Amino acid sequence: MWGCDKMDVSQYLEIFIDETKEHLQNLNEQLLILEREPDNQDVINEIFRAAHSLKGMAGTMGYKRMQKLTHDMENVFSEIRSGKMTVQAKLVDVLFRGLDALENYLDVIQESGDEGTEDNEDIIKDLNDILAEASGETPVKAEEKPAENGAVKSAEVRQNTKTESVFANMKVADFEQHAIEKAKEEGQNIYGIRVVISEGCILKAARAFLVFKALEEIGDVIKSMPDVQDIEDEKFDFDFGVLIITKESTESVKNAILNVSEIENAIIETFNLDLTVEQNIEKSEAEAANQTAAPAATATAAAPAPASAAPAPAAKQKPAAKQGGKPVVNRSVRVDIEKLDVLMNLVSELIIAKNGLVSLNAGGMNSDERGNGNFNEQIEYLERVTTNLHESVMKVRMMPIESVVNKFPRMIRDLTKKLGKKMELYMTGEDTELDRTVIDEIGDPLMHLLRNSADHGLEGNEERVKAGKPEVGSIFLDAYQDGNNVVIEVRDDGRGIDLEKVKNKALEKGTITEEQAETMSENDILGLLFRPSFSTAEKITDVSGRGVGLDVVKSKIEGLGGEIECKTVLGEGSTFTIRLPLTLAIITALMVELGEEKYAIPLGSIQSIEDVPCSDIKYVQTREVINLRSNVIPLIRLDSILDVEPREEQPESLTVVIVAKGEKLAGLVVDNLIGQQEIVIKSIGKYINNNKIISGATILGDGEVALIIDANTLV
Amino acid sequence: MEANNKELNIQTTSEGKQYIVVKLATEQYGIDIQYVDNIVCMQNITRVPKAQPYFKGVTNLRGEIIPVMSLRLKFGLEPDQFTNSTRIIIIKLEAQATIGIIVDEVREVVTLSEESIDKPSYNENDDKAAYLYGVGKYNEGLISLLNIAAVIVEKE
Repeated sequence: MWGCDKMDVSQYLEIFIDETKEHLQNLNEQLLILEREPDNQDVINEIFRAAHSLKGMAGTMGYKRMQKLTHDMENVFSEIRSGKMTVQAKLVDVLFRGLDALENYLDVIQESGDEGTEDNEDIIKDLNDILAEASGETPVKAEEKPAENGAVKSAEVRQNTKTESVFANMKVADFEQHAIEKAKEEGQNIYGIRVVISEGCILKAARAFLVFKALEEIGDVIKSMPDVQDIEDEKFDFDFGVLIITKESTESVKNAILNVSEIENAIIETFNLDLTVEQNIEKSEAEAANQTAAPAATATAAAPAPASAAPAPAAKQKPAAKQGGKPVVNRSVRVDIEKLDVLMNLVSELIIAKNGLVSLNAGGMNSDERGNGNFNEQIEYLERVTTNLHESVMKVRMMPIESVVNKFPRMIRDLTKKLGKKMELYMTGEDTELDRTVIDEIGDPLMHLLRNSADHGLEGNEERVKAGKPEVGSIFLDAYQDGNNVVIEVRDDGRGIDLEKVKNKALEKGTITEEQAETMSENDILGLLFRPSFSTAEKITDVSGRGVGLDVVKSKIEGLGGEIECKTVLGEGSTFTIRLPLTLAIITALMVELGEEKYAIPLGSIQSIEDVPCSDIKYVQTREVINLRSNVIPLIRLDSILDVEPREEQPESLTVVIVAKGEKLAGLVVDNLIGQQEIVIKSIGKYINNNKIISGATILGDGEVALIIDANTLV
Repeated sequence: MEANNKELNIQTTSEGKQYIVVKLATEQYGIDIQYVDNIVCMQNITRVPKAQPYFKGVTNLRGEIIPVMSLRLKFGLEPDQFTNSTRIIIIKLEAQATIGIIVDEVREVVTLSEESIDKPSYNENDDKAAYLYGVGKYNEGLISLLNIAAVIVEKE
């Protein structure tokens, strides 16, 4: 009856993946807290809630393996919550493994739309063993748990039935009546169900659909209140009614519905055609009482049959429902609704501006003078709107770095166990925002650097104590915004990098020659670390040291338009600093002219623009410098660096663009300033090799190409 | 892209490969058509400072920035004299790596079978030999077949 083909679950896949990720992340964080504070009741409750939602979501999406695993994890949480079990290290380990397995399911789902075939039986077994150990009984006992819960819930439901029945005014059409009668003859059950969705649920229709889907797996839905179309259009409050023909018991129907997340309640009544409407309600109440009493009684005695029978037919029908092509997930960004509102406003302003121009075009043809003034006004208006629009769109693309770094505490915890070193991770600036594309890419390099710090950077605990350091090693991850860049620092207080050792290793490998080694500066030696296949670790560990590493990190960071550098003090630790552009794609730049050519200098690196008389130029070690507000700044003649034909006559004063890289300043001498402009950065391809002075190119309004100067390489 | 597909079809039906024959100074060169994305007339090229000397610069091809190389300069010939028949051949060796090469003239498309191609003898002193994949014989004329990958990718 419900258009199952019309509404495929695949359109909820994105929501499912997003929500699951959130729940998993939440679980990871809460478990970390729980490990430290085993008695924290709030945390336990939170974990239980998250696990429960996960289970429900996996179930409705038809991911049975995932559901099974979460189900077993939930059992453990439930025991902890009720105080029957204490949190021990072993338990937390297994739970973490469970979370990892769930993440794997999610990855597979994201790629193929299917959960894969991994059953993770070992984790499930471990979970059940722990359960059994704790309760001192056989693992089978655990299976009874949800049934008991169910029974309690339906008892609660019964109390509400009086006021909440929705079938009082349900009319049954003739053909439906036939269907019901026929079903009755066949010995099937007919239930009227009232489903209550939690208030605050955003996608009511989606939830409703999931309920329908769950119900269709176990029986036939013959009618709904309001009708299907209205539910689909979200034309209902927080509850709706369904008539269903099924072989299943009320218990399993109820379980199927409650498996859908954000469903608050499901009230199930046996529907009887022969009775009048009022009698119907009374009857169903009595029935409900019976139904709830029965399983409650059996639950304690043995594992109830209906509950375990429910998944079987559902599993059988599953493959049929999932026909056709596999849904492949699009990448999506969750956007703050306020940001969208701003965008919407800007777009409406854009339309107003356009209309302004249209009316000027229509009316202002003959009155030239006035028309021109208005025209300029409109252009300015348009410019203001597009600038704001650009900014807002950029903001939509921005995401806090938190979504990447919040998985690191967990990783460090695992490394602590694996490496047998005690260490702590301290993070700051998790709310620093970066472009979505950067966020997606930055995770691996950061993870690599952290592993590096944990494995090579930090000494063993004993060694640390001997060196007079605190026993527990510290790793710091700091993110902050610096001008148009975002800086991420990975720092440790470990042994630092032994430059001599690096040098020797490079000699040994033949990367450098003796002569080169002699003249190498500290920075040059550190640069060796970023060469391919270079590892100084004496023993190769599972964590790092295979020599595939820093070079990959470096190329990835550079691919994002960023840079990475390393500082180290032997015996005190090392710092890796990653500098990334805030946004990719579009930047504001100063357009300058050199001879006949036009170049763009990113505004982010520009400090100021100065007009310097030639007489002010001083010489230090035969290099031109200027003294600007008591700063000695070297002058760089862009025309000679870029091989532009120099101007024929030397002007009396120079136009100098002061650029900064960190603390260092330099003055770029240009012929003319054109002005500030927003430019779209394009790559000039990998074949042209020009010492990185040119970081890219952009296409100007007239179709000409202007090159973008990377001021950082000049300073 | 269409050229690519066509080429694939042809390759499966007949022996041999198709080459675009271009003229450079007095010689004829052949470029495997499967790498050719497009052929465009000479257009504005923006010089890129500090680039390899044989790179003329970059150009804007329908919103895409494409580096342009002079085949003459790469082969150590006289610099290009741009005429009405000068063309830029847009080569796509791999995705995200498009490049244009300037030639004096585009002549025709020929199909050469393996038998009509002579492999050049190896001569390690001759750098330019690496740029050639072989010499094809076609209608009494000789066509030097370019090893496009070697031409484009800089040798260390």
